[in-house]
Amino acid sequence: MDFDLTDDQRMLKDSVDRLVADTYGFEQRKQILKSPEGWSRDNWQRLADLGLLGVNLSEDQGGFGGGPVEMMLVADAFGRGLVAEPFFATCVLGAGLLRHTGQVDHVAAVAAGELLLAFAHHERHARYDLSHVTTSALQTGDTWEITGEKSLVLHGDCADKIIVSARVSGAVGDEAGIGLFLVNAAGLARRGYPTQDGLRAAEITFEATKAEAVLSLDGFPIISRVVDEAVAFLCAEAVGAMADMHATTVDYMKTRKQFGRAIGEFQVLQHRAVDMLVQLELARSMALYATMMASDDDAGARGKAISAAKVQVGQSARHVGQEAIQLHGGIAMTMEYKVGHHFKRLTMIEKMFGDTETHLRRLAGLGTAF
Amino acid sequence: MDLSFTAEERAFRAELRDFFHTAVPERIRRKLREGLHASRDEQVESQQILNARGLAVPHWPVAWGGQDWSPIQTYIYQDELQQASVPYPLSFNCAMVGPVIAEFGSQAHKERFLARAANLDDWWCQGFSEPNAGSDLASLRTSAKRDGDFWVIEGQKTWTTQGQYADWIFVLARTDTAVKKQEGISFILVDMKTPGVTVRPIQTIDGGVEVNEVWFDNVRVPYDNLVGQENKGWDYAKFLLGNERTGIARIGISKARLLRIRELAAMERMGEGRLIDDPHFREKLVGVEIGLKALEMTQLRVVAQERSLPRGKPNPMSSVLKIKGSELQQATTELMLDVIGPYAAPFFTDEELEGRNETPIGPDDAATAAPMYFNWRKISIYGGSNEIQRNILAKAVLGF
Ligand SMILES: Cc1cc2nc3c(=O)[nH]c(=O)nc-3n(C[C@H](O)[C@H](O)[C@H](O)COP(=O)(O)OP(=O)(O)OC[C@H]3O[C@@H](n4cnc5c(N)ncnc54)[C@H](O)[C@@H]3O)c2cc1C
Repeated sequence: MDFDLTDDQRMLKDSVDRLVADTYGFEQRKQILKSPEGWSRDNWQRLADLGLLGVNLSEDQGGFGGGPVEMMLVADAFGRGLVAEPFFATCVLGAGLLRHTGQVDHVAAVAAGELLLAFAHHERHARYDLSHVTTSALQTGDTWEITGEKSLVLHGDCADKIIVSARVSGAVGDEAGIGLFLVNAAGLARRGYPTQDGLRAAEITFEATKAEAVLSLDGFPIISRVVDEAVAFLCAEAVGAMADMHATTVDYMKTRKQFGRAIGEFQVLQHRAVDMLVQLELARSMALYATMMASDDDAGARGKAISAAKVQVGQSARHVGQEAIQLHGGIAMTMEYKVGHHFKRLTMIEKMFGDTETHLRRLAGLGTAF
Repeated sequence: MDLSFTAEERAFRAELRDFFHTAVPERIRRKLREGLHASRDEQVESQQILNARGLAVPHWPVAWGGQDWSPIQTYIYQDELQQASVPYPLSFNCAMVGPVIAEFGSQAHKERFLARAANLDDWWCQGFSEPNAGSDLASLRTSAKRDGDFWVIEGQKTWTTQGQYADWIFVLARTDTAVKKQEGISFILVDMKTPGVTVRPIQTIDGGVEVNEVWFDNVRVPYDNLVGQENKGWDYAKFLLGNERTGIARIGISKARLLRIRELAAMERMGEGRLIDDPHFREKLVGVEIGLKALEMTQLRVVAQERSLPRGKPNPMSSVLKIKGSELQQATTELMLDVIGPYAAPFFTDEELEGRNETPIGPDDAATAAPMYFNWRKISIYGGSNEIQRNILAKAVLGF
């Protein structure tokens, strides 16, 4: 095992860190979020130019040839900077599904920044059950028609193509019989809205919508694999966010004066900042563990690792987030201060692809986390 | 020791419950139940309904509209009011400036302000905190200098809750810089329409606007707007903060939240069953309920001590109520997030939620779950942060 980055990884990290520093200042981000799409096409192109949109695609797919570690480096930087572009929807979920279904026709367009994807999977009442799919796919001749309603589709409002899960056989809740289809987004009924963290999502209705391509007729193992990779990404993003909040909090404590001295001189507050550090380090370790396990072919072992990481990161995120606000006092309650935005992003990450409670239940149901 | 409510107390409770549920419009109470905010007009409407029955300012002196209730009755009143999701009478009027004027104001102040404050004809806001004077409030720098029959006020307040609605602000201002910082502060009433007063909204992380910066630029107000004596403002501020000894735990609000959480968890499907049937969820819910019961019994003990303490003198035990009460209120927001799950994500403004012409996304109350979680982080910060409450207990109770 080697926790040091290779030279290539270090270069990647430097370039993504620099990009985020240059394009994601707090004021810049504010302007970006205010724009009609809620993110910046210019920044998207920059990401493409740096090769980041294809970071985990092979070189012959137009990518950078990286793997989970490279994704983690990107996630960490995006977490610090609160990047709003649809990277997660397009590159982690969308391109991930294309890659794992072996349908790589479109991935070069993703890497070039010419194609935005979204994954329409969640449905009302699914909670966090990935096999809860009622949307149906019907075959007539050699075309498939999709009918159903998908909810909370991340960046579903701006996607050019949507990958949708739909039932080809079996009952709601069966893992077997879930197909994955590629649908052209033009003409779909989409209701887009902002999310609490300043990103975007959409409700999407499919009414006998013709699929452009069948990605898989046995999609569940692929969905669960891509979701595991996605959770690993989110864990790393959360760690980036927590690290930034923690550093900001410590800095603030050293400069904010009350009662004639820096509040950081109160030992009781120092200990609180130290407890945040402990939580941050545990989260960082588990994000690494998730990264390490995200490409494991053993779905059982991979799933356990991912759940365990999501639990630790979720618990750390709550602790670090709440304490960062508390130790700042009123200032962190405002939109004009970065910490609150990190807090909101962390809260949303905690609610995505299984909240802490759900993953705890899952592991408890299995009897052990190892 | 008799640990039961008397028949009279039970009848009193029933009567209040009936009144709150019938007299205060369901449309307003429903908003609070669902985590929305009462508008300015709804706050006024509700408080005026209470005031017409003598229920807006029961803890004020009887001569100024108060009730001669026992502390237990006051507790029952708060509990029922909060459980019924009735907007709490505006605390700046009823819990803060009203009692200070009643105790220390001139006869003219009392006649001019008290009835209007009780009826929310005047909306008051609290001008204490400044950018550099938060926990260390006594270091405040906004100054008031005497100029003949006037005060001239210069400086800036911040975090002024609902300053955008306010007709009046009560200000702590420095009137003597030569003495110990607590001894040079005065308590002055300022009409928000006075030239030189500027209000700038601050958006909070939930997306709402409930706090403001208030700037004073050469603001001239009559000398007689001084409450009590010059340079005694710190004492009045302490009286003001000590006056609400028991309401701060807001136990009734947490009870109402828990009820709502149960209702929604019973409607939320999970796997084959419902979320409310999940043992892990239930354990968490019951854990918070136990905490709330322990706090309620503590509150009753504090309430019972009330009679034996001088009026307006802070009871350090109220810091226990503030710490635990704020933690439990915050815990209810986390439970609600657990119930709402992924549907905490969509963001809508209050206006969009009220004018709802599109179907809401996800379960009932989904749209308010996250904003409330974000917003309620404030409860352990304002009104003396939980760290400051611990300092108080360490000093006043433990003798450190
Ligand atoms: C939503 C909201 C509404 C508000 N409404 C009003 C209002 O209407 N009117 C008004 O006047 N004020 C209002 N306040 C201000 C509130 O009272 C202050 O925020 C509070 O006093 C804390 O001050 P601060 O924010 O400057 O934090 P600071 O005092 O800077 O504190 C920062 C951190 O240091 C800790 N700390 C400070 N001193 C010590 C110490 N000695 N020991 C240990 N820890 C310490 C604090 O607990 C906190 O965690 C409001 C605040 C908020 C957030």
